[in-house]
Amino acid sequence: MPIEEVYNCSVKRLQILDENGNLDEALFPEGLSGDSLVEMYKYMLLARAVDAKALSLQRQGRLATYAPLIGEEATHIGTAYAMRKQDIFIPAFRQHGVQIVRGLPLDLFFLYWRGFEDGAKLPASLNQTPVIVPVGTQLPHGAGIAFALKYLKKDAAAIVYIGDGGTSEGDFYEALNFAGVWKAPLVCIIENNQWAISVPRSAQTAAETLAQKAIAAGINCIQVDGNDVLAVYKATRDAIQNSKDGPMVIECVTYRMSMHTTSDDPEKYRPDAEVEKWEKKDPIDRIRKYLTKNGLWNDSLEQKTKDEQAKFIDQAVEKAEQFKPDPKTMFENVYGTITQTLEEELSDAMSANFWQESEDD
Amino acid sequence: MQVNMVGAINNALDIILRENDKAVLLGEDIGKDGGVFRVTDGLQAKYGENRVMDTPLAESAIIGTSIGMALMGMHPIPEIQFAGFMYLAYDQLVSHAARYRTRTRSAFQIPMTVRTPVSGGVKALEHHSESPEALYAHPGGLIVIEPSTPYDAKGLLIKACRTNDPVLFLEPTRLYRLFKQDIPEDAYEIPIGKANVVEEGSDLTIITYGTMVTVVKDAVAKKNVSAEILDLRTINPLDTEAILAAAKKTGKVMIVHEAEKSFGVGAEVAAMLAEKALYNLDAPIIRVAGPSMPYPFPGYEKYYTPNVAKVVQGIEKLLSQ
Ligand SMILES: Cc1ncc(C[n+]2csc(CCOP(=O)(O)OP(=O)(O)O)c2C)c(N)n1
Ligand SMILES: [Mg+2]
Repeated sequence: MPIEEVYNCSVKRLQILDENGNLDEALFPEGLSGDSLVEMYKYMLLARAVDAKALSLQRQGRLATYAPLIGEEATHIGTAYAMRKQDIFIPAFRQHGVQIVRGLPLDLFFLYWRGFEDGAKLPASLNQTPVIVPVGTQLPHGAGIAFALKYLKKDAAAIVYIGDGGTSEGDFYEALNFAGVWKAPLVCIIENNQWAISVPRSAQTAAETLAQKAIAAGINCIQVDGNDVLAVYKATRDAIQNSKDGPMVIECVTYRMSMHTTSDDPEKYRPDAEVEKWEKKDPIDRIRKYLTKNGLWNDSLEQKTKDEQAKFIDQAVEKAEQFKPDPKTMFENVYGTITQTLEEELSDAMSANFWQESEDD
Repeated sequence: MQVNMVGAINNALDIILRENDKAVLLGEDIGKDGGVFRVTDGLQAKYGENRVMDTPLAESAIIGTSIGMALMGMHPIPEIQFAGFMYLAYDQLVSHAARYRTRTRSAFQIPMTVRTPVSGGVKALEHHSESPEALYAHPGGLIVIEPSTPYDAKGLLIKACRTNDPVLFLEPTRLYRLFKQDIPEDAYEIPIGKANVVEEGSDLTIITYGTMVTVVKDAVAKKNVSAEILDLRTINPLDTEAILAAAKKTGKVMIVHEAEKSFGVGAEVAAMLAEKALYNLDAPIIRVAGPSMPYPFPGYEKYYTPNVAKVVQGIEKLLSQ
């Protein structure tokens, strides 16, 4: 009996706008207007400006540890811009650009990174879950949310994010497998920024691509140039449109231009030459080149936008910094009804004035 | 040598890697980066990538593969980057590391030392500040150690790495660089399951460990009382003899830990004293601990972690009884 081939697969890669701002007309996302392109570009600028502000606040001791997004703007803005209001967004911890497009009040963003749960008290209208720190653990939530959307007959998809490192966690594989079995409307965005703290993509897995991990779960996948906002947008929009028929994995190939978090020092493990190589592929430069070439953007618009955004950011920071924590809320939000034990611990803490002394530390 | 706890642990690991070629380190970012706290700094350069391994990002596999190595007679020393991420490996720890010996009536053993940073007070993000020692002490089968000084860290870690049972070695991040001590350069061991009398005293007895040892010492100094301070050093197995002796000495007992108060190590110590020494006590036992809830975000942690004021409050209450 001859040996038959029982399965065979390949992974496609999408790029629409190259590093020099040249466009592949045939692949241009149908129906995307010039105004929309400008809007996406402005969001990318805003994301970068918010990031720079957060970094500088952290360096002044005005934020806790912070995870920068610089370099990953196209992946954030492209995916977010393709989502519809009703789609549910499930972030990991670096997707600040997505949050911005989705309308997260910016003061909540700063409040979160100042280190207060109050910054994760998200308005339900945002259709997003909070920042999740344990790597990969949000993936099963994404599959469950997608199941619920289908069960509840909602015209919506769940869009869940994970890093290159996160794709090594069991939760990632388990979640994709469930989503495949359920044919749930899940879109999984792998934000492959080449590094998981100090571990390079090459040491994370022997697989050629991260996208192909979907194939074992019977799920469609694509790899896109994650610094090309048009490719990212198109792949996500298509995946959301097709999500009624089942899940999809999109690997966005991008680069973490900065440190992992403000606690990290990439000098220790990463060659400068690599960073310089990726500087030339900057996601913002290339769309600016394209817009400028096509008369949609110019220097004076750029300046005006940056000034407006700086004001907008400063207002949000001011609001976040006015916030005063109330330690009672710690006790009141552990359960729907406060327990006898917590009640006693709360009154002990209040009566002994122990918080007052904590303030003076 | 004058070292902080990071230096002491690094030195202990160096000694173990040198003396035992079956010992290997594995974990996330422990090689080139030297660990996110630099505890393993320089060890990969010295011993090579085969003995000090950066792994993919998967805690269950880090512990599960370590168990496999241990079954083959190696002595793996896995690092979990923060205790808050060790839950992903809880099944491997509790269902396998803790059970292999009893499951096979000692035909198989798991010589493995799991290192992980614990506890808060360093303004870290969510999940980077937990004190989960009770979760690992509770099932039985795992040795749980938590040092409070550089000297103890080195001696206990060397002992752990020469032991044929699985050990969880919990390293309080706040103590990593808090102070230095003069410790011997050569190898030395501190026995597992033996508590340490940190200070002798006669007014009251304070039983504590980890981050709270320095807080308790400061509170005792501030109140100017004579306290017998016992540092457990090992949480499981408990040094019941030392605890009983310290408790009987003063008849007034306070237990201090950073972990959540309810269902914790303090509850175990208090229950043991109630069973064995109730009539030697002349006041109800007091527990000073974190409130019974998940550890908060950094902005709230000063309202959570027991501090000098809270321990002083406990001392006053105990002495007034
Ligand atoms: C379960 C778990 N293990 C370890 C960590 C510590 N940690 C935080 S981020 C990170 C690397 C994540 O890499 P990747 O998934 O590529 O995302 P990126 O940080 O690059 O966005 C690690 C190891 C964690 N947060 N959660
Ligand atoms: Mg990454």
